[in-house]
Amino acid sequence: MIKYRSQNLKPIAYLLLILSLLVVFFLCVCIGSVTIPIHNIVSIIVNLILNKPIPEGVAGMIILQVRIPRVLCVAFVGAALSICGAAMQGVLRNPLADGTTIGVSSGASLGAVLAIAFGFSIPGIENGGVVLMAMVFAFISLLFIIALAYKLDCTLSTNTIILIGIIFSMFVSSIISFIITFAGEKVKHIMFWTMGSLADSTYEKALTLFLLLMVFGTIILINAEELNAFAISEDNARNTGVDVKRVKLLMLISVAALIGVCVSIGGTIGFVGLVIPHMMRMITGPNHRKSLPVTLFMGAIFLMLADLLARVILKPLELPIGVVTSFVGSIVFVYIFYHARKR
Amino acid sequence: MLRVKNLSVTVDLYEILKNVNFSVQENEWLMIVGPNGAGKSTIINAISQGISYRGNIEFCDENIANLKRNEIGKRIGVLMQNHSVGYAFTVEEVVRQGRYSYISSIFSNYHEDNERKIEEALKMTGMSELRNHSVLTLSGGELQRTFLAQLLAQNPKLMILDEPTNHLDLVYQKQIFQLITAWVKKSGQAAISVVQDLSLAKAYGTHAVLMNHGEVIAFGTCDEVLTQDNLERVYKMDVNKWMHDMLSQWN
Repeated sequence: MIKYRSQNLKPIAYLLLILSLLVVFFLCVCIGSVTIPIHNIVSIIVNLILNKPIPEGVAGMIILQVRIPRVLCVAFVGAALSICGAAMQGVLRNPLADGTTIGVSSGASLGAVLAIAFGFSIPGIENGGVVLMAMVFAFISLLFIIALAYKLDCTLSTNTIILIGIIFSMFVSSIISFIITFAGEKVKHIMFWTMGSLADSTYEKALTLFLLLMVFGTIILINAEELNAFAISEDNARNTGVDVKRVKLLMLISVAALIGVCVSIGGTIGFVGLVIPHMMRMITGPNHRKSLPVTLFMGAIFLMLADLLARVILKPLELPIGVVTSFVGSIVFVYIFYHARKR
Repeated sequence: MLRVKNLSVTVDLYEILKNVNFSVQENEWLMIVGPNGAGKSTIINAISQGISYRGNIEFCDENIANLKRNEIGKRIGVLMQNHSVGYAFTVEEVVRQGRYSYISSIFSNYHEDNERKIEEALKMTGMSELRNHSVLTLSGGELQRTFLAQLLAQNPKLMILDEPTNHLDLVYQKQIFQLITAWVKKSGQAAISVVQDLSLAKAYGTHAVLMNHGEVIAFGTCDEVLTQDNLERVYKMDVNKWMHDMLSQWN
């Protein structure tokens, strides 16, 4: 009898992940510039569900209008950025790949800024034009960066693609600054596009994020085997029967769509997609069947906590969320780079 | 089984392969031999669809370029010359990748046949004990055996091996060549390999292609191709005498 060892996560792991997600969610809804006791939150939510009148006062307003939509958006953005990072690190076989390091986020920002500055919109869908332009530009940037990297160095080494990403980001940032300067009031401050913020989240934005995460997150999750193959090596993937071109295109589209929507709603929140997949690989090993679901949950948890920190550390002032993630991310980047070079 | 017709490969205006023709039938082991830069590995890259080429490559009378990737995966397995793995996968995970073409969906990866093939492959290559080791910690020979195990787990009809005994010590060289010899004798199976060692080619191969500067110099049975005349033309030295001198020092 051959013993079969499951390649998937155990149910208990999923249970723990969901539990921690809920705990952190409530924690983030409670704490802020005004701390609201947990029993108040529970009574507000229970009343809401039972369709009873919500108790009068500021607390209800803050919770329902500000905190819950914001924490939801933060969680979805965290999950989306993390799983994108994991997918890119697999496809490119590059542990340093992430929306910010390879320049996709900047490309998406440019798309969003252009859409706002020139008033590009899709009738019927609020913000549709901005989101779509961010996605399209994210995809074009991805194609451009990868094609250029292949042209320069067909082995697609870690350093080449990161270097191109950095140069591309700087180039695009200068264009963004230029557009913002002459477009004036319409476009958000440059700080939003470089450091990110989810301060003006709404339920509509949360829903948009959720729907796209459901579609493209699922596509990435069901390609776990293919990502494993790419992570071993692209040649090996082809030789074992993976449709390399199709999978690569599918992954690039999914990554571009998710990064596009995240950037158009929350600006560039750096390094989330770098830190979380790397840490999760250290726990689960590189098998994507295990690491992808964990990455999804932990990405949400990490960004919720980072946002909490950004809100309370200088209370009542608020830090841009990217300050927190970039601070952690840069350190992890150096750590990974150091260990990759030592090998 | 496999028929290569007028295969030409050009990279940056430089013709690496010129009108290469050969074929492999069931139960044959075709050796591709020739000096460095003759285009041996390029043939393998073309068959595995890793590079663009002109000409036709047919597997059982079907053009390979028109087959689905996972259908090719079930029929043709390739052992590359160099292995590098990006992340700390275990030996077993890399071998399991060989079963990719047989997994119909992500929800149905358990199949008794899969597990049995993986076990067999690990055992045949002597990698069972190292199955949970990270591939990043393996020696060159162990890594070579890991990917050979992956190829065996893939259970193809045609094995293509680019220098299969690379990094292997003498014991494993012999073991692997005997393993492939036995494998080729099963019905419907065949192998193609690139080898540097002409005496290994002659001892184990049934057929041979002699390459030089991207062209086929000779194709046929090993006895027809690996003659003193042919080898002297290609290698510009008396291969027979060299081998003889090398071996005689043991007596």
